[in-house]
Amino acid sequence: MADFDLIVIGSGPGGYVAAIRASQLGMKVAIVERESLGGICLNWGCIPTKALLRSAEVLHLAKNAKSFGLKIDKADFDLQAVVKRSRDVAKQLSGGVGHLMKKNKIEVIMGEATLKKGKPAPGVVVKDKDGKSKEYQAKHVMLATGARARAIPQAGLEPDGKLIWTYRDAMVPDVTPKKLLVIGSGAIGIEFASFYNELGSNVTVVEALDRILPVEDEEISGLARKQFEKQGLEFRVGAQVKSLKKDKDKVTAELSVGGKSETIEADRAILAIGIVGNVEGLGLEELGAKVEKTHVVVDGFGRTGVPGLYAIGDLTGPPWLAHKASHEGVVCVEGIAGGNEAHAFDASNVPGCTYSHPQVASVGLTETKAKEAGHKVKVGKFPFIGNGKAIALGASEGLVKTVFDAETGELLGAHMVGAEVTELIQGYVIAREGELTEAELMNTIFPHPTLSEMMHESVLSAYGRVIHI
Amino acid sequence: MAVNITMPALSPTMEEGTLAKWLVKPGDTISSGDVIAEIETDKATMEVEAVDEGTIAKILVNEGTEGVKVNSVIALLAEEGEDPDAIEAPKETGTSAPKKEEAKAEDKSEDQSALTGSEPKKEEARSAPTSKIEQEPREAQGKDVSKELGSTPMKLADVGDGKDRIKASPLARRLAKLRGIDLSALKGSGPHGRIVKKDVESAEPGQAAAQPGASPAAVPDGLILPQVLDDRVYAPDSYELKPLDGMRKTVAKRLTQSFMQVPHFPLNIDIKLDKLLAARAGINEAAPEGVKISVNDMLIKASALALMAEPDCNASFSDKGIAYHKSAHISVAVAIDGGLITPVIFDAQTKGLATIAAEMKDLATRARERKLKPQEYSGGTFSISNLGMFGIKSFGSIINQPEGMILSVGAGEKRAVVNAKDEIVPATVMTVTLSCDHRVIGGAEGARWLQAFKQYVESPESMLL
Repeated sequence: MADFDLIVIGSGPGGYVAAIRASQLGMKVAIVERESLGGICLNWGCIPTKALLRSAEVLHLAKNAKSFGLKIDKADFDLQAVVKRSRDVAKQLSGGVGHLMKKNKIEVIMGEATLKKGKPAPGVVVKDKDGKSKEYQAKHVMLATGARARAIPQAGLEPDGKLIWTYRDAMVPDVTPKKLLVIGSGAIGIEFASFYNELGSNVTVVEALDRILPVEDEEISGLARKQFEKQGLEFRVGAQVKSLKKDKDKVTAELSVGGKSETIEADRAILAIGIVGNVEGLGLEELGAKVEKTHVVVDGFGRTGVPGLYAIGDLTGPPWLAHKASHEGVVCVEGIAGGNEAHAFDASNVPGCTYSHPQVASVGLTETKAKEAGHKVKVGKFPFIGNGKAIALGASEGLVKTVFDAETGELLGAHMVGAEVTELIQGYVIAREGELTEAELMNTIFPHPTLSEMMHESVLSAYGRVIHI
Repeated sequence: MAVNITMPALSPTMEEGTLAKWLVKPGDTISSGDVIAEIETDKATMEVEAVDEGTIAKILVNEGTEGVKVNSVIALLAEEGEDPDAIEAPKETGTSAPKKEEAKAEDKSEDQSALTGSEPKKEEARSAPTSKIEQEPREAQGKDVSKELGSTPMKLADVGDGKDRIKASPLARRLAKLRGIDLSALKGSGPHGRIVKKDVESAEPGQAAAQPGASPAAVPDGLILPQVLDDRVYAPDSYELKPLDGMRKTVAKRLTQSFMQVPHFPLNIDIKLDKLLAARAGINEAAPEGVKISVNDMLIKASALALMAEPDCNASFSDKGIAYHKSAHISVAVAIDGGLITPVIFDAQTKGLATIAAEMKDLATRARERKLKPQEYSGGTFSISNLGMFGIKSFGSIINQPEGMILSVGAGEKRAVVNAKDEIVPATVMTVTLSCDHRVIGGAEGARWLQAFKQYVESPESMLL
């Protein structure tokens, strides 16, 4: 006799959302967590970094008060207070997840889980912090154990929490490094680079590929780089870190840039060179679940091929994003519950957001990718300088770019850089999910004055109908 | 970039056709409007005209290939400045329907629909493969054709679809239109059964038509049993089996469907022809050189006028309502080698006998050559079938759906008739039988129509009024 209909292992944004959805569908659900409810996202990821970046943004505004006609004599910050605010925000939300579990009658089991062969689903053995183990049976078991920062110990790219940080250390700094080296220019690297730059660090970002934010549209990543450089950030692209050596109070990175060696010294280094799935210690091999490059292989409904065993979120591979995990969790649970309304996960419609200053947001194919995929494209562009609200906000740098299939009018992708674009992108995500064409987007009324008008103008521009430029 | 020349959809119901003849060969330079090939469809042989200009680089489907799917690439055209020899054939050609790799080819299909050369067929070709029951020009394609012909304003596209609006995303709608896929036949996989891009992409052009029930008039699968000849009944060497061609298949399907689905009832009446024959002789004598009016031409005119006099009879049934046609488009059955076709005299009530005669002569000639265009044999509202020349006294035809009535005309023959003075006198008399769709036409309406028809025929001068 099963104890539960569903046991979810991991209470990040994938796991806890899936648990709630399962409860809504009438399942008896338990969730296993080894550390804090809410997982990385709430405790060490999305949310606390947004709190830090908000502090940086307010600082930026305060420093530029004059341009708004305001007088602030000396805009300054208290690092410990900034960090404390970030931790408080995380704590508040983690508590919130606990409340949600209770409200949805989800049993929270604290401890570390391993799996055991079993029917109809693997057994779940949970070892609590006192070392006591207990086995639970469920009809379905969902893995949502997430991922962690990638390290390359051979090259010295291994965090020590003192000089070489991961995102986690970077979130609770003891000092503001004078000179900071950020290795990796994905969303995590760029957000920390932007944050520390605002606090006054001298930041250099190293990227192995030929441009920063390499998953973004080339034009957007180019514009973002220009704006970052204006703020004093430095970049080394096409640069391999050959070694990272630690001295007493500094690190030295040896780079290979286009075949030439280069050395960079810094007080601290942040590793942001990717993510590996938390696949270890679960007993996946014995169960026969397929693991490729530290990620569990699943189908569109999170099925692993092992009866009764599912996996979702960062554990199953990129994009490593909280909202992707939540969506996969819901899709997986709905698949388990059956019914006609379950629809397999579609990776092509996951928006990506970077909350640096300026922000970057996108969904779908870049212009280059669209062309590579064989589409004849129509591209629309609208710059922030043409938007009244952007000028009023004092944020007139940025671009909204849209890519359409010339034949069908399908919105293949949308890419933005500039103020608040992370709040705008969902409009295009809805358009894609609803399979709207340029015609519906052009017919939609966008409120004035808003930044969202640029989304309209960008679509109009793709069809030669732009108004304000 | 080489231009794909694809198999055009020459009629709304065309799913595939036979590439009868190539009129160009690789290396030939063609310009827009040149006839490049002949294609045989279910009903007719038609010429394909080039849309683009350039040099024929490759012919991918050989002459005589049957079952070439609409929209599959049949040849490649090198554009100006392009080396025809350097052009590679796409992977899939010929008889297989375009798959994903050929999405590009399909993109061009708008041009290809214009390959037919005749008139604005874009819409029609796109909406083409709508109905398995090939019926249809008239019915499945309804709206588009009537628009094209500028004649019947009614919307037969609505005929009995019995469903509410189709739930489909805007992108799915556009893709379906571009690729000629009938949304009503697709199953939606999106929320609440909404048809989304993926559903349209996984449907092949024309496939939609294969769905039973796609056409409102479709006969449920189970009702038509497979027709198999039992070897125990007819030894296989005791007969010669001639495969069904497109026309034969269409005729079989259409007539079976009509006979099974439409409640037919016949009405017959005797009509004296002497005055009509005399009038015809007079007209032909007076007519200029080359104009010759036949009895049938006069019966076409009389039918059209009778339909105007009894408009209740100029009607088509649909689940949503009865469509009362505003004009009389008379389909005339023409027996041709290997089947039957019904070219249409449109707005026959407005046309003079000379015009009707000239049109009929042209249509019949081209029908025998199988060169009619789809819009010339669809859109009728009433049919006439005449077997008088074979001495048939009377017969009952099967209704040519979605028309409401068909008139079967027997032989005009000398009969002994009792006149008003109770004398037995000789007269030329024919018996006609009117088959009516009882869902549309009652016995009294049919009878009134026959009276009107009889009056026009027996007093032909009234046709002049």
